[in-house]
Amino acid sequence: MDTALLIEKSILVVLLFLVSLGAAAYMTYFERKLAAWIQDRVGPDRAGPFGILQPIADGVKMFLKEDFIPAKADKWLFIIGPGLAMFTALITSAVVPWGPKLHLFGRDIALQVADINIGILYVFGVLSVGVYGIMIGGWASNNKYSLYGAIRASSQMISYELAMGVSAITIVLLSGSLSLNDIVAQQSSVWNVVYQPLAFLIFFVCALAELNRAPFDLPECESELVGGYHTEYSSMKLGLYLFSEYTSMFVSSAIMAILFFGGYNFPGMSYFSGNTLAILSIGAFAVKIFLFIFVIMWIRWTIPRFRFDQLMHLGWKTLLPLSLINLLITGLVIAFKNGWF
Amino acid sequence: MESLTNRKKVVSDKPMTLWEKAYLPAIMSGMLTTLRHMLRKRKTIKYPEEIREFAPIYRGQHVLKRDEQGRENCTACGLCAVACPAEAITMTAEERKKGEEHLYREEKYAATYDINMLRCIFCGLCEEACPKEAIFLTDRLVPTYFERDNFIYGKDKLVESVDERIDITKRQHTGKRNTI
Repeated sequence: MDTALLIEKSILVVLLFLVSLGAAAYMTYFERKLAAWIQDRVGPDRAGPFGILQPIADGVKMFLKEDFIPAKADKWLFIIGPGLAMFTALITSAVVPWGPKLHLFGRDIALQVADINIGILYVFGVLSVGVYGIMIGGWASNNKYSLYGAIRASSQMISYELAMGVSAITIVLLSGSLSLNDIVAQQSSVWNVVYQPLAFLIFFVCALAELNRAPFDLPECESELVGGYHTEYSSMKLGLYLFSEYTSMFVSSAIMAILFFGGYNFPGMSYFSGNTLAILSIGAFAVKIFLFIFVIMWIRWTIPRFRFDQLMHLGWKTLLPLSLINLLITGLVIAFKNGWF
Repeated sequence: MESLTNRKKVVSDKPMTLWEKAYLPAIMSGMLTTLRHMLRKRKTIKYPEEIREFAPIYRGQHVLKRDEQGRENCTACGLCAVACPAEAITMTAEERKKGEEHLYREEKYAATYDINMLRCIFCGLCEEACPKEAIFLTDRLVPTYFERDNFIYGKDKLVESVDERIDITKRQHTGKRNTI
């Protein structure tokens, strides 16, 4: 391995880390603003112009709060929980291709930390580990509300991961590759959402459930469970939980943009080349991510929470059969086109 | 039975149609509603920088007016004190001495004039009762204090100063008074 590659990847990793955290911080600000607008309010506007410094003020506040561990809590698991949640949220972004190759200092720099050929599997694997952060946190708190939150989170994630996985498999069928890079490259002319609108819809709904976002925010519903799995958390541990939710929202939006909306592809790409193309592509990708985040937040402030039986009903009896039928039809069409009949 | 208001709605629990069960149409219409709210103009006023204007009929702290030559209008007739439903007004009358013509408009004047702001209900009846256009309610607020004594406003706080007249034109255009 040559040193230049090592430096290049390290810079990319650090940059990605900072961008993810920065994006998450400003998503909290944007979420509050959006909530305010939807409710005919102004939102935070005191810290800096238009309240731009609000996330920094919030962060400082989080750090200055008392870091409390309940006497009956399992101390080590209590500390590991939020860290694990944040860690899994952050490492998903490693396989995301952020743009075409950038040409700098006489080198081709791939804007992807690791181009592994099983990208989708990696994403799903990490997403499944993501529930451990919540589960461990809820368990270690030794509090009935936290435990309920943790149980709900795990059962919800298991239920929705199936339909999510099946709708992702349809995309794999379409592209014939598990690598995110290949999937993006194949969408340069037509985006996958055109062929697979139903799969996209199922994937999107499941992603909301995986992220514990409204209307599927049962693990942390304030009204019933007093905050759910993070009831006992305070200070920056709570901050990490809330932050990890926003970070995974950012990464999930990126994954959805990659699988269904052409990743960094944009109409009229062929008119550009080289570094201009790379930068424009990153911009297009950012816009897509932003739109997804916007829609997710918009949904949160529109729709009330599902009841738990409704949630299970929707997951097992509606989304899973629908995604399976969709998979079957896609498979048949592909087999027919390849002349297997 | 025939409903009187014609606004009666019959509630039913018939099973949802497939269209309703699909959730999505209802969710879309809900999101359209929130989108419309998102684009609406805010009605919020950013308080410390921007202060909402009082209504013209606002009744705040009283003022005892002077006339154009700076003489006090009040003649201590006591009608305001009689009109006051909260018994917040007390006064003592005095005869005007020679050489005080530039201070008081008529032969009698109020030597002391107290309004207890804790008793006052800001109904404006004193203003209505006054035959001399002497007392008016203004759009100023009575601040809070820690001591009860501070709420008893004497002439030092009530009478407007000669140089800084208190604007009461808003109160004169409320329809109650059309003289002057």
